[in-house]
Amino acid sequence: MDRGVVIVGAGQAGFQTALSLRNEGYAGKIALIDDEGRVPYARPPLSKAYLKGTATAESLEYRPAEFFVQQSLDLVLNDPAVEIDRGRQTVALRSGRELEWSSLVLATGAHVRRLPSLGKEPSYLRTFADSESLRSHLSGSGSLLAIGCGFIGLEAAAAARAQGKQVRVIGAEARLMGRAVSPFISAWFHALHERHGVEIQLSTAVQGVSETSAVLPDGTVETADTVVVGIGVIPNTELAAKANLAVSGGIVTDSYLRTTDPAIFAVGDCAMHPNVYAGGLTRIESVQNAADHARAVASTISGRPKEYRQVPWFWTEQFEAKLQIAGLAVEADETEVKGDPESGKFSVYSYKAGKLKFVESVNQPAAHIAARKLLEI
Amino acid sequence: MPSITYISNSGESRTVTVDSGVTIMQAAVRNGVPGIVADCGGECQCATCHVYVDPKFLGLLKPAAEDEDAMLALTASERKDNSRLACQLVLTDALEGIVVTTPPIQQ
Repeated sequence: MDRGVVIVGAGQAGFQTALSLRNEGYAGKIALIDDEGRVPYARPPLSKAYLKGTATAESLEYRPAEFFVQQSLDLVLNDPAVEIDRGRQTVALRSGRELEWSSLVLATGAHVRRLPSLGKEPSYLRTFADSESLRSHLSGSGSLLAIGCGFIGLEAAAAARAQGKQVRVIGAEARLMGRAVSPFISAWFHALHERHGVEIQLSTAVQGVSETSAVLPDGTVETADTVVVGIGVIPNTELAAKANLAVSGGIVTDSYLRTTDPAIFAVGDCAMHPNVYAGGLTRIESVQNAADHARAVASTISGRPKEYRQVPWFWTEQFEAKLQIAGLAVEADETEVKGDPESGKFSVYSYKAGKLKFVESVNQPAAHIAARKLLEI
Repeated sequence: MPSITYISNSGESRTVTVDSGVTIMQAAVRNGVPGIVADCGGECQCATCHVYVDPKFLGLLKPAAEDEDAMLALTASERKDNSRLACQLVLTDALEGIVVTTPPIQQ
């Protein structure tokens, strides 16, 4: 007898799993549980439109609360899962409630990496509450210090600069968004930020932070009215590890996103999955990865097993530049720039051993779409 | 407060009324109208809020911008002359009574 599906985590991957299960015609019980108290919402705008004040809180909700009732999705908020019992196929929540399942989906996401705190905590940016708090801090501030030169730090920097704040970025890496983009794109965005008046300091690993300061390796203390830290995330794997599922830099899965227990799946940011584009196990933090993982698992649970093998894609918006990336960044041995970087509309094609590996498009959506198809394996 | 009618692929119709400034995607999502997925939350990144706009209203809409036009190449159902992405269509009083049809599949 089918005891239903329990989904732990109601972010993009968890929400999409619930939605796709119903779209696939799955008629059993579905519980979607989360430690936050909000109806499931989209995170990308938290460092973009919502931070700038051009999106409302309501517009971030994937669906209104009534939708979950109409679709018979048991939305359990403010009540994190604390323990999985694999033998009895149950999961215990903090409140003491126990839910039974035939399939369990771990969509536990990730939490922000923190820096040593030297007083009151600075802002971090992961949840709705984080974004709201940063937004309110910024409204009374003349300056922002962003620690981290990845997507989050740079999007926050651009949003604050657009509001006329004095903005400085300090990053530990040698170039902007180093993990995710080519050196050409790093340099182009560096110039973009500087043109807009953002000060950038790289190769500087901040040692500690407070609400309004950061300590550099040489002991210098930098101050600003607001400090935001965006230095990456750590996958939430404790629940899986406690249940003796394989965990190694993420919850380890097979190509169907099954963990080492075939009745338990992992999707989204927390899943260390075999990715045909990475050529091995990897963990990816993106909307695409979360939504496509969810759809594959929903299909499998509904009786139509589906391997995950979608082309990875990402996007970021900073000032007037919309960057879209298809494929996964690798160290390329050949790159080709098409279009005119001066005009702000161009694409960079990166090759390794004669094979196209990833394509970055700035304000060239058609080239990005074509690239997603071109890269399909 | 413009009203909008969604007709499903199987012919069922739903009419909702929303505030001006809301997109056709948001109006569907907030009112639980099926047939619009909107994976990316309205960022013009996923082509899962594809609709066919009643030709009578097509001329009242701003033409698709470059990113919408590009994304329409990725729709799961056939792209037609009246295909648009609902997240890019902002409702105003001028669009009162607009009718859109949702496609057979979105992804």
